[in-house]
Amino acid sequence: MRRPAFLSQGSRAALPITLFLLAGFVAPLIAVIWFSFMPPRTFSLAAAPSLENYATIFDSTSYISFLWSLALAAATVVLLVLVCYPVAYGLVRKFGKWAMLLTLLFTIPLFVSENIRLYGWVLFLIKNGVLLGSLKTYFGLELESILFTRTAILLGMVYVYLPFMLFPLTLGISMVPNETRDAAFDLGASRWQVFREVELPLSMPGIVIGFLLTFVLAVGAITEAKVLGGQRIIPVAHDIEIAFTYAQNWPLGAALSVLLMLVVGALVLAALWRFDLDRFLGRK
Amino acid sequence: MAAPAPILSLKAVAKSFGTFKAVDDINLDIAEGEFFTIVGPSGSGKTTLLRMIAGMEQPSGGDILLRGERINDVPANKRPTCMVFQSLALFPHRTVGENIEFSLKIKGISKEARKVRALELMDLLRLPQSCYAKSVMKCSGGERQRVALARALAYDLQILFIDEPLSAIDSKLRKTLEKELKDIHRETKKTFVYITHSLEEAMVMSDRIGVMQAGKLVQVGTPEVIYSAPNNRFVSEFIGDVNVIGVDVAAGGLLHATSLDTSLKPPAVPQGFSSGHLVIRPEFLRFVTEPSEVDNAVTGRLYNEYALGSRIQYQVRVGEAVFVVEKLRQQAFNGVRGDKVTIGWDAADSILVTD
Repeated sequence: MRRPAFLSQGSRAALPITLFLLAGFVAPLIAVIWFSFMPPRTFSLAAAPSLENYATIFDSTSYISFLWSLALAAATVVLLVLVCYPVAYGLVRKFGKWAMLLTLLFTIPLFVSENIRLYGWVLFLIKNGVLLGSLKTYFGLELESILFTRTAILLGMVYVYLPFMLFPLTLGISMVPNETRDAAFDLGASRWQVFREVELPLSMPGIVIGFLLTFVLAVGAITEAKVLGGQRIIPVAHDIEIAFTYAQNWPLGAALSVLLMLVVGALVLAALWRFDLDRFLGRK
Repeated sequence: MAAPAPILSLKAVAKSFGTFKAVDDINLDIAEGEFFTIVGPSGSGKTTLLRMIAGMEQPSGGDILLRGERINDVPANKRPTCMVFQSLALFPHRTVGENIEFSLKIKGISKEARKVRALELMDLLRLPQSCYAKSVMKCSGGERQRVALARALAYDLQILFIDEPLSAIDSKLRKTLEKELKDIHRETKKTFVYITHSLEEAMVMSDRIGVMQAGKLVQVGTPEVIYSAPNNRFVSEFIGDVNVIGVDVAAGGLLHATSLDTSLKPPAVPQGFSSGHLVIRPEFLRFVTEPSEVDNAVTGRLYNEYALGSRIQYQVRVGEAVFVVEKLRQQAFNGVRGDKVTIGWDAADSILVTD
């Protein structure tokens, strides 16, 4: 008689990847969380845990970086939806054979490092650079550079995260069946009503995924503020970097990281709860 | 008595995609209150034709007239017509009630009035009222059909277009829905234009049938005419298994069948007919003991036997040709495979068609 197996066959097959994920993904996360309870400026995980780092953060002006990161991420995501929806719509429905080429053009920059692309923008936007220099030489126009302003940071973020919004949106829009749009139109709906009543709700899964993906990425953004913003704004990711490097205060950096994870996690869960993907697809 | 003015007229309507003529020179009048069915195999252009009439596709030639007015340039949302799609195209994120009320909501009709109308339509379509708040995605196949019909009927329409909505349903439910659709047509007194690839389905419901072949309308007529007097071989074969024999007119008012190398007695030969096909439906073929019992007889071997529910189909091999004979189960032929048998038919039961 065979003994019942300790684990089902599926679980046993999944064991290697489970262990790998535990070691590579869960363990560092736990280390960071644990570090946030260690005394400031220590490098050991063995001390007695305390809430000292959190107290320091709540007494300091760190909340300003948090707010800047969240505000910039929110503004980026909103701008991205507005910019990407028409483009995604065109890619799916209007551009036909050109859609493939355009998709490729949107993808190729991803092969170049983000830093290099952002320094490219610096050359483009800087005083006497590609844009302003050309305007001055050919048209005699002398304009203020937007480089090292908040606008430049936002521009950089919208630029960098565009593909992460665009592709979920194309997926969402391509999930709306043609006949369903035709049916709404045939039932007397105007183009706007077809959009509002049928296309928008049915492409909502793509919108929600793009929203979450870009928001989570943008909250952790750091290079745009450094390179294009000239450190005019210190986002929270920059604070974390400083704590881990110059300040040599790992526990403080860990505590900042944990707080950021909590805030973002709470927002994402709230969004997922509010926009139940299954409900949009009519599965409930 | 003058014929009533048609509700819908197609004048030389055509649609080309590049050099391909999907719909080619269609002329057709559909009468008010008629149940008209367009039948054709897939790719014959019937859906393209319907999409043009419904306003979702622009004709590349010809005119579409609704009560005498040209509507070529009127978009679908401004036409008093509505379509039930093959996929049904229900709104998956909405309830049954919201689906049915869609066009009423677009018109800005109040919530209460919308619900009254939706429940009326649900009654008409035999949808239980308890379905009203149910998500359409939770409905069964048959319920979805009814929701799609109700949604279209809620639109204040003059013509209802139906694009093969029954093709994906099992045959028992399909037969029920075919009859219900006929009842709904009678109760609403609207004009229905229906599309299907099944002539059998068309026969059950239609007042008139139009058969399409490669973008052209090859025959228009009542089910009776389509069945008993097909215009050409394509129409005659469309209804299902038929026996088709290539024939030439021979001396003495007889026909010569090349494949059988024999002479056959024809039905009335149309003027100018010189060669074509003799069509005999399988139910008109009989097993005989003496060739003299019938006008035409051929001898071959019993080759196969299939049970088709209420009927039995026999295949008889005569030389290279295979004949299909069908008998009611009660009149089953008592034979064994390989038996030598003689089958025959009366000339009046055969039809002469051109290619």
